[in-house]
Amino acid sequence: MPKPVAIIGQVVLYGAFAAFIGYFSTAPTYKQIPDDVALVKLSMSHLGGRECRKRTAEELAKLPPNMRAPLECPRGRSDIKLLVELDDKPFYETVMHPTGLSKDGISTVYKRFELKAGSYKLTVKMNDNLVNPGWNHVKEEQVTLKPARVLVIDFNPDKGGLFFQQAKE
Amino acid sequence: MLAAARSAFERSENLLDAFFGGADNPLRHLGALGLYFLWILVASGLYLYIVLDTSIEGVYSSIGWLSREQWYLGGVLRSLHRYAADAFVIVMFLHLLREWAYGRYHGFRLYSWVTGVPLIWLVYISGIGGYWIVWDRLAQFSAIATTELFDWLPIFSEPAARNFLAPDSVNDRLFTVLVFIHIGVPLMLILGLWAHVNRISRVDYLPSRRVMLASFGVFLLLAAIKPALSDAPADLALVPVNLRIDWFFLFLHPLTDLTSPAAVWTLIFGATILLLALPFLPHPRANPIAVVDAPNCNGCSRCHADCPYEAITMAPHPDKRAHQIAIVDADLCAGCGICAGSCPSSTPFRSQQRLVTGIDMPQQPVDLLRRQLESQLAALVGRTRLVVFGCDQGADVRPLAADDTVAMSLICAGMLPPSFVEYALRSGADGVVVAGCRDGGCEFRLGMEWTRERLTRRREPELRALVPLERIAVVPVARGEQQQLAAAVAAFRNRLESQGEAARRPPAYSRRNHA
Repeated sequence: MPKPVAIIGQVVLYGAFAAFIGYFSTAPTYKQIPDDVALVKLSMSHLGGRECRKRTAEELAKLPPNMRAPLECPRGRSDIKLLVELDDKPFYETVMHPTGLSKDGISTVYKRFELKAGSYKLTVKMNDNLVNPGWNHVKEEQVTLKPARVLVIDFNPDKGGLFFQQAKE
Repeated sequence: MLAAARSAFERSENLLDAFFGGADNPLRHLGALGLYFLWILVASGLYLYIVLDTSIEGVYSSIGWLSREQWYLGGVLRSLHRYAADAFVIVMFLHLLREWAYGRYHGFRLYSWVTGVPLIWLVYISGIGGYWIVWDRLAQFSAIATTELFDWLPIFSEPAARNFLAPDSVNDRLFTVLVFIHIGVPLMLILGLWAHVNRISRVDYLPSRRVMLASFGVFLLLAAIKPALSDAPADLALVPVNLRIDWFFLFLHPLTDLTSPAAVWTLIFGATILLLALPFLPHPRANPIAVVDAPNCNGCSRCHADCPYEAITMAPHPDKRAHQIAIVDADLCAGCGICAGSCPSSTPFRSQQRLVTGIDMPQQPVDLLRRQLESQLAALVGRTRLVVFGCDQGADVRPLAADDTVAMSLICAGMLPPSFVEYALRSGADGVVVAGCRDGGCEFRLGMEWTRERLTRRREPELRALVPLERIAVVPVARGEQQQLAAAVAAFRNRLESQGEAARRPPAYSRRNHA
């Protein structure tokens, strides 16, 4: 092959290589969610409750002095039941199981939901000790979901239990 | 499918040879190109590390500063870092595909194949982690998508994605850890690459200077016309909607959205297991390995020096004091015969009735070669009698056999002792053609290179000075290029005929006890 043709060929081929890398390094654009959609992230990490029993005086007397704890608590933790309602309709329901071989670890949930932007009545109910019926934690609020914004549903006893977190504009 | 893939690679390589030549053909030097891109990544990465502020506010602004204020150095290096990484991924997968297509994944190549597979993981861990360090919207997207993907596996007691739940979830420590990973994993990658090439000799560590300059020029061009820039700063309260993602590294995230984490992990683990299992699946039988004959091995170590796979070591000779002997490692031997070509005892001028050399191939011993050559030379007639030595891996020479042409195919062109060329010319041939794989395309890496060097008297065992080089033609032809080979042989024959009796001839020779 004549040298000029070979050089042109090399330029074209290296150019194609450059174009390939240049294009796919940033394109095509990926649209993670539609423009009018907000994201709700339900994420909790919480220890379920456990039923402790008060030891009787006889039971305590039978124990070595250094082990006379007044309460006897099982190692395992309770499952945690969770219900999310949107405009009073059930939206998501789950039972979180404690982690660990002895079921003594935290129970967790992480879910994300895409919702059309708009105003919703958001209710989250939680029971973290299934020995007791009903819901011992409830959070209800009228929320406004904005496009491409995140609303977090979390639980933190130090913050009063269930809470919603959404950045202000 | 394997045959189609091989054919596609052969055609592409031959096409690119027309423009680049074998030595500068990037497709023939993918491994070396990958190493070169890695050095660009290391060099540019060192500078980026120096200016990086690993605080949560500083990380974005310090990288942004490079692109804005110091675009002429830091910005260019950042772009080089980005584009060299992308190019690395391309050549890595092409290298993988090429080696698979050529069937280079089993037998003596098992070790190189298996050690190469984990490197893909390291490349992706390093590359994806690198995108996080910028801590822009793309980093935020990738961090959340990656942790969500990992959360599908039962390895964390608490979802890792909780670390990116809200703006206050992230702290400075994350970036210190990320930088640690982004430096530590590439170090592991370099270590892994060392292991990957550990069992081959004379590793092609770098491509040719032209290829290096041209590919560096490609990255510089991209840095000039499309510099690597950050997206808007990360904000975990927002969902990045339109993402300019790097599809070479981050394609897993859209794929997860499109399918599911289960599907993506199945793909990742499935592909890894398949790649690791490939050498153990049914495949063609390996070539018989080289055999050393102790009485004829004088311990010169030329076979040790020439073996492309470090399959030969030297040990004390069991029978000759102060001598060494070649030892062949059966697991590493490719059965290419390059060692037989390098052995000084492989000369057909030896008077033994049965030619036994120091190291030989059981499937095609040099004695058989000599007998075939002698009998076929004796039958040659015609004005210009040629001997064509070919290679089983390149163009088939056997169709060239005719009344005036001897055609002999060897396991590899590197198996040809130069003394056989002299022997043919002194025993009645007017010219000798040596046909082998194209430059950079030798099936056994170094066969054609060693043959050229031996014939041009740059490598032991050298072709003796009494042999005129104008009576020898070396023709690099790939598998299937019989027409090109025939044309080259015809052109050589014409050249010899036009020279007539003016061309030098080595003195005639006839072996005693010639059967």
